[in-house]
Amino acid sequence: MANVPDDLRYTADHEYVKTTPEPGVFLIGVTDYAQGELGDVVYLNLPKTGDHFDAHQVFGTIEAVKAVSDLYCPIAGTVVAVNAGLDADPAAVNRAPYDDGWMIRLKADDPASLEGLLTAAAYRTQIGA
Amino acid sequence: MTAASASSSFGPFVARHLGPRESDIAEMLRVLGYRSLDALIDAVVPAGIRLRQPLGLPAARTEQESLAALRAMADRNQVFRSCLGLGYHDCHVPGVIQRNVLENPGWYTAYTPYQPEIAQGRLEALLNFQTMVSDLTGLEIANASLLDEGTAAAEAMALSLGAAPQHDDPVYVVDRRCHPQTIAVVTTRAEARGVKVVVTDTAAHDYGPGVAGCLIQYPDTFGAIADHRQVVDRVHAVKGLVTVATDLLALALLVPPGEWGADIAVGNSQRFGVPLGFGGPHAAFLATRDAHKRLIPGRLIGVSKDREGHLALRMALQTREQHIRREKATSNVCTAQVLLAVMASMYAVYHGPEGIRAIAAQVHQRTRRLAAALKAGGFRLASEAFFDTLVVETDAAKAAGIHEAARTRRINLRAVSPTQIGVALDETVSEHDLADLLGAFSLQPSAVSNQPPAPSIPTALKRTSPFLTHPVFNSYRSETEMLRYIRRLEARDLSLTAAMIPLGSCTMKLNATAEMVPVSWPGFGGIHPFAPREQTEGYRRLFDDLEAWLAEITGFSRVSLQPNAGSQGEFAGLLVIRSYHRARGEAHRTVCLIPQSAHGTNPASAVMAGMKVVVVKTDPKGNIDLADLRAQAEANANNLAALMVTYPSTHGVFEDGIAEVCAIVHKHGGQVYMDGANMNAQVGLTRPGDIGADVCHLNLHKTFCIPHGGGGPGMGPIGVAAHLAPYLPGHPLAESPATASGAVSSGPWGSPSILPISWAYIAMMGPDGLTEATRYAILNANYVAKRLEGHYQTLYSGHAGLIAHECILDCRPFKGSAGVEVEDVAKRLIDYSFHPPTVSFPVAGTLMVEPTESESKEELDRFCDAMIAIREEIREVEQGVAARGDNLLFHAPHTLRLVTADAWTRPYPRERAAFPTPATRIHKVWPTVGRIDGAYGDRNLVCVCPPVEEYEAVSGEQ
Repeated sequence: MANVPDDLRYTADHEYVKTTPEPGVFLIGVTDYAQGELGDVVYLNLPKTGDHFDAHQVFGTIEAVKAVSDLYCPIAGTVVAVNAGLDADPAAVNRAPYDDGWMIRLKADDPASLEGLLTAAAYRTQIGA
Repeated sequence: MTAASASSSFGPFVARHLGPRESDIAEMLRVLGYRSLDALIDAVVPAGIRLRQPLGLPAARTEQESLAALRAMADRNQVFRSCLGLGYHDCHVPGVIQRNVLENPGWYTAYTPYQPEIAQGRLEALLNFQTMVSDLTGLEIANASLLDEGTAAAEAMALSLGAAPQHDDPVYVVDRRCHPQTIAVVTTRAEARGVKVVVTDTAAHDYGPGVAGCLIQYPDTFGAIADHRQVVDRVHAVKGLVTVATDLLALALLVPPGEWGADIAVGNSQRFGVPLGFGGPHAAFLATRDAHKRLIPGRLIGVSKDREGHLALRMALQTREQHIRREKATSNVCTAQVLLAVMASMYAVYHGPEGIRAIAAQVHQRTRRLAAALKAGGFRLASEAFFDTLVVETDAAKAAGIHEAARTRRINLRAVSPTQIGVALDETVSEHDLADLLGAFSLQPSAVSNQPPAPSIPTALKRTSPFLTHPVFNSYRSETEMLRYIRRLEARDLSLTAAMIPLGSCTMKLNATAEMVPVSWPGFGGIHPFAPREQTEGYRRLFDDLEAWLAEITGFSRVSLQPNAGSQGEFAGLLVIRSYHRARGEAHRTVCLIPQSAHGTNPASAVMAGMKVVVVKTDPKGNIDLADLRAQAEANANNLAALMVTYPSTHGVFEDGIAEVCAIVHKHGGQVYMDGANMNAQVGLTRPGDIGADVCHLNLHKTFCIPHGGGGPGMGPIGVAAHLAPYLPGHPLAESPATASGAVSSGPWGSPSILPISWAYIAMMGPDGLTEATRYAILNANYVAKRLEGHYQTLYSGHAGLIAHECILDCRPFKGSAGVEVEDVAKRLIDYSFHPPTVSFPVAGTLMVEPTESESKEELDRFCDAMIAIREEIREVEQGVAARGDNLLFHAPHTLRLVTADAWTRPYPRERAAFPTPATRIHKVWPTVGRIDGAYGDRNLVCVCPPVEEYEAVSGEQ
């Protein structure tokens, strides 16, 4: 059964948004359910620090052995850091999607936009968990 | 006619091409519940689209008659010594390679290595090819070949556009000293996607922002060698990429592009032991820096490991490809030129670094002596720095006389301009030829001997770095060793020589010997693509016949043989449609409707042709959703350019609504592009032109018997209705006029030397035999589907539960019921000594089976028995007799090493693993490696030959 932590917010496209100690700054990655569906992740094409994305805009791609998917930015914001560790270890997305497998740190244009995302309960319903 | 009467009215070859015997037909029909083959076909193919008259083709010839007719054509081609150059150079094909690769069905009937466990042989040969290209160009990573030098250069441009900073109005700079056919192909591609091409002197060009890259030829088309380091610096300063079109043999002596800063190298490996063939097929190459590895088009072979940890090869980074990325793919190229890449790599294996260097040195030395003699004779050379090609300056009157004198000596020289003569030498040029050449310039043969040649490669451009250092290029110098190496690799692969290859959508039918024999005749193989028309009358006759026959078979007005593969046919066909709309003042028509079920190449091609893809839904039965089509066509009526549709559908069904589909598109001003991938289910029963299509490409390597070559060559000619004929591709070096659509291939007729295969097939089958092949293909597919009924669910079918020429078997339920994936079923089939069907196309979790007309009832039964036995193995897991995740399927395929190891820890007997049927005890192709870990290889990408110790772990298994 896919792990859907209660304290995160989600999108219908299987990205999660995780709060950080820094106000208005969030970690973004794909859910445990998504990594399970994709299978072994082999490569991530991620943006650069300083890039700005609108909500629903594609911020990168994730490649598994048999599928490749676009990554959609859950909320509008500016990238303040990219997880460089994924270059050498893309499998971290499979192993620990909510920890070592985070993809970008995003400074939200409007931290309140988080409220428009799915709650853990709503996401669980969507994936039938 | 009824089934019982089959054969006597056909030519004798027909019974050789078809698998089932007449006596089998009754039993097969009984299983299917039909009284006659006619009744079955009537139930499968919608009545409204049936062709009611016989195909207007010549009566079937015997094998001997076909060979004699082709011999007469070959004899009408005049094999002159070619000094034309332009990227094509004659060479000696080593006999051991010609006989054991080019003429060997063990190599030429294999398919693209989708199942690496039974393809390690050609994967190794392709890894050798990549290593050879990488070494010689001085770049880190090379792909497993592309279609021709022109399209390779166009792909390099696309890579540059993807890697360079994005600009609204990108510019691509092409040096005017590139081969003219390369410039033409690059221009066609660039124009289609809105990129401005500037053809200029790259050394003098002012590179501004917006330049995505530039293309340089080294040595250039006139033979000159220049130092381009400054150009590289200036292009890099605006963040563009430098592509160098080059010549592998020259690079044995010249500093390779990778060492002077180039980002990409492309070229043609033909002169490494592949015949000229009037333009192809040859293996082009593309190499680049590690940084761009994920943007490399085409196939890439990489090193990984199997589950036991042994080194194993497989195709890497498959997710970049069109079948997954569709309109976001890096390119629409599906296939490679595997057979030719294997030949070129074997040439390097056989000659090794010293041999290649010696050949290059000899060619260069003879060119220098020729240059010295010409200069001593009063001629001026356009460049003093050259490798094997000279441009001789003279006046127009003298030039005409020299060309004439060369012709009488059966030598072709290049007319660079009315006053400039190009002379390109190659490894076949002997002392005698050299004397003849001088004679053409009215110089004495003795002039050549005692001239001390001046240096002709600038010191700064002399190669000092080693190449081909891997042991594989340094181990096989004797013919005995070489023969065994080729045979050893061949034995690792499953080809049609061992078993049926039931790959859905690939059509692995017979490649008859009588079709293949003419391919290696010098009358077809020894002709330069730009040889004068009067020397190629035989080829012209072949083209005229084939174009007329294919037009009749498709119901179209005209056929172009130029596209070199199905993907190129798609691109060319869409360009034709676009040119048509433009000519009518409707340039805004750029929307291309593509059904969800379409092959991924369709959207990739549409994007390349500058079109916008709009997806049309398919209904639960896999047919185009007519209501959605109507809605999309209406919504886009003002901008509708085309619909791309595959028929029978990619799901293997003759859709009833196809005529209506075409009518809807036409009503809204669009053209219908029919993907001819499944044309083998139409021949003689219906025709694209009659159904309502305006353009259709044909995969000659599927329907018309050109072998798959282990993953190429192919040919993708297009047929068009009369109103589109003026917009067919043109070519700058053919007598056909330039057209609005431009050139799509380096050669005017794609890959001519394999066209005798399709000619022979049509000639020997005749109109009735071709139709009978289609009927048998449908019979065989339905027989397999029927026999597997109750064991596997067949997805999608038409009338009365019947399918067309292929069927989709659903393996998705086994995941829940037994933890068995479709991959497990496929790999277990290898233990049964079969090549698995197509996996997860067009539906994930399924197998698509296409038996073709050429497989016998015995082979179909053997396959069905294997599939049923595997279903029983799954049932054992379902019933708890075998464990989930530790069973015959999970651990498949089983290698010889594994089942003969002292230790055996599996919960099932070794014999069941290795010899699941009596037939496998009599003959079996063993997988040489176990299940391959694809993720490991994609995460740790290695695309050159690994150190030899790692190989030995694998070879030890032999």
